[in-house]
Amino acid sequence: MKKMILLVIASLFILGCNSKEEKQDIKDKPITDLSIYNLPEKWTNQDGKDIELKELRGKVLVMVMIYTSCKSACPRLVADMRNIESKIPKEYKDKVQLVLVSIDPTVDTPKRLKDFSIENKMTGNQWVFLRSNEENTREFAAVLAVNYKKISPIDFSHSNIISVFNAEGELAFQQEGLGVSYDKTVSKIKEEAAKVE
Amino acid sequence: MEAQFIKRFHYCLILLFWVSISFSQVSEDMVTIGAGSYVPLYGTADKKPVYIKSFLLDVYPVTNQEYLEFLKTNSAYRKSKIKRLFANTTYLYEWSGDLSFGNLNSNAPVTNVSWFAAKEYCECQGKRLPTLDEWEYVAMADEKRKDARTREEFNKYILSWYEKNKTYNNSVGKTFKNYWGVYDMHGLVWEWTFDFNSIFLSGESRKDKDTDKDLFCGSGSVNATDLMNYAAFMRYAFRGSIKANYTTKNLGFRCAKNISN
Repeated sequence: MKKMILLVIASLFILGCNSKEEKQDIKDKPITDLSIYNLPEKWTNQDGKDIELKELRGKVLVMVMIYTSCKSACPRLVADMRNIESKIPKEYKDKVQLVLVSIDPTVDTPKRLKDFSIENKMTGNQWVFLRSNEENTREFAAVLAVNYKKISPIDFSHSNIISVFNAEGELAFQQEGLGVSYDKTVSKIKEEAAKVE
Repeated sequence: MEAQFIKRFHYCLILLFWVSISFSQVSEDMVTIGAGSYVPLYGTADKKPVYIKSFLLDVYPVTNQEYLEFLKTNSAYRKSKIKRLFANTTYLYEWSGDLSFGNLNSNAPVTNVSWFAAKEYCECQGKRLPTLDEWEYVAMADEKRKDARTREEFNKYILSWYEKNKTYNNSVGKTFKNYWGVYDMHGLVWEWTFDFNSIFLSGESRKDKDTDKDLFCGSGSVNATDLMNYAAFMRYAFRGSIKANYTTKNLGFRCAKNISN
């Protein structure tokens, strides 16, 4: 009887869930509660290199979610990103990272992202293109409050949102919609970049 | 000789007992949802049916007691510890402490949980959140039919629940058992889905906008199809209005699982 109880208890432990707490490694300063650097997932950039979001910590991030085969809204979002980038004063250029995250990881391979960056003249160090698996992408969209859905084999509908994050990875500003003025976005980027050492 | 046989027999019994416990656990908690296809209210560009692969789904929503067990080993998701990125300030609002659900019914569905917390809970059990299409597929079944969406009484039942208050503190398993053997898809709480953030009710998607307009500005007569659309529209509209760190007292969740080959 004792043995059976032990066996049952032991099996409960096996079935129980392992705590994931050991995942968090704190580099120097602790990551704040609202920081996107709480997300542990790995991403791949346009050069095929694996990166964690945390590696972007310390810079102001300007982020948008797109897919490269998109014909309607995305080219305009991409143009917005390029325009925003061109408005960033020289002294802040190296304090800002512009990040384009793919919502279509099956089609948007690192090579495809690389080609896209070349076609769209977004090849400088300030540009990062990221992709991950479907699950991480969904989670990241949830953090950005970006909604998206695959509506046909090649098309997605998605929110047109450009987000600005401060050096700690906290959301500082969001620009919503197409063809809206990006003056506010640019001034927020400048404001946050000025705070970066 | 005989003593040894009895001893062995005992071991066998114990083993059998243990195996049957572990097996019955799986079969009681989850049921198999058969493959099929249906046309959801929203989502496809051309109103083509979506195909649902066979999967496993929890029979009941996750309860306060079950969530408490999860928090014992996952302290980062306790009320005082959870990061604001992952849940807003009303997370586990009615819980009286990190490991106490206060006056809530232990067997009632856990609510005031964020999408992140729900997702983590399921992943911890080796499961996942059901997709929106999967959830809606299961939710269209009544007691006898896979798809009862055109049945007037079924839609009236759903809509009358939408008007009720405070069903969130009722025990799980008290509403009807549907065709698949699943309880509480309607009548208890609303539930998170993995891709809840795939809804467009306003803004960029023109097509969806037109659908809304049709719903509200359609002809005066209300038939079964209108009711069915209205009930589903309420759920889609709700999903479209929430964010992943939001928590409300009438929103819980259950987990799903792929069928491994």
